[in-house]
Amino acid sequence: MIEALSAPQYNDEIIKKFTIASVFWAIVGFLAGVFIALQMAFPDLNFEPYLTFGRLRPLHTSAVIFAFGGNVLFATSYFVVQRTCRTRLWGGGLANFTFWGYQAFIVMAALGYVFGVTQGKEYAEPEWYADLWLVLVWVSYLLVFLMTLAKRQEPHIYVANWFFLAFIVTVAVLHLVNGLSVPVSLTSLKSYPLWSGVQNAMIQWWYGHNAVGFFLTAGFLGIMYYFVPKRANRPVYSYRLSILHFWSLIFLYIWAGPHHLHYTSLPDWAQTLGMTFSIILWMPSWGGMINGLMTLSGAWHKLREDPVLKFMIVSLAFYGMVTFEGPLMAIKEVNALSHYTEWTIGHVHSGALGWVAFISFGAIYYLVPKLWGKEELYSLKLVNLHLWIATIGIVFYIAAMWVAGIMQGLMWRSYDSLGFLEYSFVETVMAMHPFYIIRALGGVLFLGGALIMVFNIYKTIKTDERIA
Amino acid sequence: MNPSNNNIETQDDIGTTGHEWDGITELNYPCPRWWVWIFLGTIVWAVGYWYIYPAWPVISGDSERGGTKGVMEWTQYKQLEESQSEIFSRRAENLEKLQNTSTKDVMDMPELYEFAVVGGKSAFKENCAQCHGSGGGGAKGYPNLNDDDWLWGGSLKELSKTIKYGIRSDHKNTRNSVMPPLAAVMGKDSVTKVSRYVAGLSKGSSSTAEGAKEYKQMCSACHGVNGEGNRIFGAPKLSDGIWLYGKGDEQQIESQIKSPQHGVMPAWIDRLGEDTIKQLVVYVYSLGGGE
Repeated sequence: MIEALSAPQYNDEIIKKFTIASVFWAIVGFLAGVFIALQMAFPDLNFEPYLTFGRLRPLHTSAVIFAFGGNVLFATSYFVVQRTCRTRLWGGGLANFTFWGYQAFIVMAALGYVFGVTQGKEYAEPEWYADLWLVLVWVSYLLVFLMTLAKRQEPHIYVANWFFLAFIVTVAVLHLVNGLSVPVSLTSLKSYPLWSGVQNAMIQWWYGHNAVGFFLTAGFLGIMYYFVPKRANRPVYSYRLSILHFWSLIFLYIWAGPHHLHYTSLPDWAQTLGMTFSIILWMPSWGGMINGLMTLSGAWHKLREDPVLKFMIVSLAFYGMVTFEGPLMAIKEVNALSHYTEWTIGHVHSGALGWVAFISFGAIYYLVPKLWGKEELYSLKLVNLHLWIATIGIVFYIAAMWVAGIMQGLMWRSYDSLGFLEYSFVETVMAMHPFYIIRALGGVLFLGGALIMVFNIYKTIKTDERIA
Repeated sequence: MNPSNNNIETQDDIGTTGHEWDGITELNYPCPRWWVWIFLGTIVWAVGYWYIYPAWPVISGDSERGGTKGVMEWTQYKQLEESQSEIFSRRAENLEKLQNTSTKDVMDMPELYEFAVVGGKSAFKENCAQCHGSGGGGAKGYPNLNDDDWLWGGSLKELSKTIKYGIRSDHKNTRNSVMPPLAAVMGKDSVTKVSRYVAGLSKGSSSTAEGAKEYKQMCSACHGVNGEGNRIFGAPKLSDGIWLYGKGDEQQIESQIKSPQHGVMPAWIDRLGEDTIKQLVVYVYSLGGGE
């Protein structure tokens, strides 16, 4: 009771907004994903010029990573930093600006893609004007987060906040450097990157890989470090492990980018460095998984009872799998087979669907009743249904892409006994057709699961039953 | 116990760090041994790898492409050369024979013939199938290569020339011809008559039919008196049932007379080289239409 009286008035309105936005963009992003998966299987679904695969693909990736994932990170980081610092979020107006400013960036980027305005840099497609706007929003985000940390009522900074801070700072640096470009004129939408040739490629994949490392890994590990112990009601397994894997992860990730450029004009030495640091990164990545999973030790029975916790734990399992697969694919000889094939797409989606989306679903299911003052979700059975449908969807997706990717890689390199290429490119595309259909089916299941979540959240918010 | 801690199931055997945030505490377990050992193992492995392979940038300009060389002096270009040379060696013997044999003689040497057909097929699928279809079946505007109907000739020699230099390409030796738009010269009436006549040719219309006179006057110089075509100009045969741009109906023929369409085939000699073109010639010849 004493605790309840002295608890500060947290700014939960902003978190509600980000939570709703996350769910909204999740559906948009998943829908776009299903649609472009169907375009791959049935090219007739390309409608020129606005709805072609080329324009919708960045729409999908940006919608799921930056719109869905980004809003989840805003919501959870603002929630976690207030509670673990026992203080209200700093800068109410500025925090509000981060919400509307970020949504404006998403809309700006999306319109650009559909109308063919793009820098053509993967995961950094928005043109200079949107990039500049994002800088403004992101610096505000950093300021809100830092100032909240500064006025904390706790003596120490909780590990989740280390990860959030690392994510915010590093993404700012990545975005600034990779986005450096010169507009054709102040009234032109088009710009050209400051870097050229192989330097541009290296900067781009230094950015691209660390977008994975700091946006999709560090940020979401921050989520894990708060929501898993809270939902399981267990202490974090090992403080020492959290320190060690945090520092090793952020130190090592930055080096791994060149593995995206194996066997290119990038100098051999840079390729080697990228590859070896990717391998060293294996254990630091797994540190987070171990700490998450072991937090449940002695409380494994909770997994049977609580589907929300199940989401989080399954996400950690996928995280473990994908951070093993990543270093494996960074090895040159493996990469020679896997690069440019569907295997990469499968790998990315193991991480995106299995890890990022699942830990997000877990966090959203935790947040919604808390934010809207309800006892529990409308239906835990529906959460369980969501979990299973989505998991089967992921398995369809990644299994299809493994088979398609390895087959594609083997077909490309296949020579007959007389020394001639056995397959033409179009034959490899034809061979992948059935797997493209299975992949699209996996996507439909994943989207179906998310729609169940939308229904469940809607019913939870609408119900009259409140915490007394 | 801290009252705010009451919702946490504590585990006393190991103890916590003593900190607490929003009810979360941290146990003081050491890092798992296996985790530490694998982590160290990967670092040791990486250091070994750096010793063997090019790995770190160096300031002095004496090492290749700005980095250490590694004891094996490995480069990706060497690796490419090695893996390619194994494949080239599979081809080498036959290729040498092929270089020294005329395509005509290849036809009588079963082993070399098979080699040329397999190689030609591989090159065809990668370079030609986009227009001519993966089986050489053609498409609208792109000739079928399986039949006996040739615009420029289906002998080994003619095939070779077509593939090497192309048709209406930018190569100086290209095959070239243009059908002029004739509507203005002929007049509307005469175009209609000729179209009807030409459409009837493949169905055996007589030389005294309506339009025959105009045809002879305006068209026969290239397409032949009886519509048999002329390969010198690549002028299509009109008396068979094979049509490049449609089904040979009057309307379509009329449109061709008014504003003629011409296909373009690029020259391949600079891109594929003599050896591959030789294989392609044998392969296309083998499709069934070779003369």
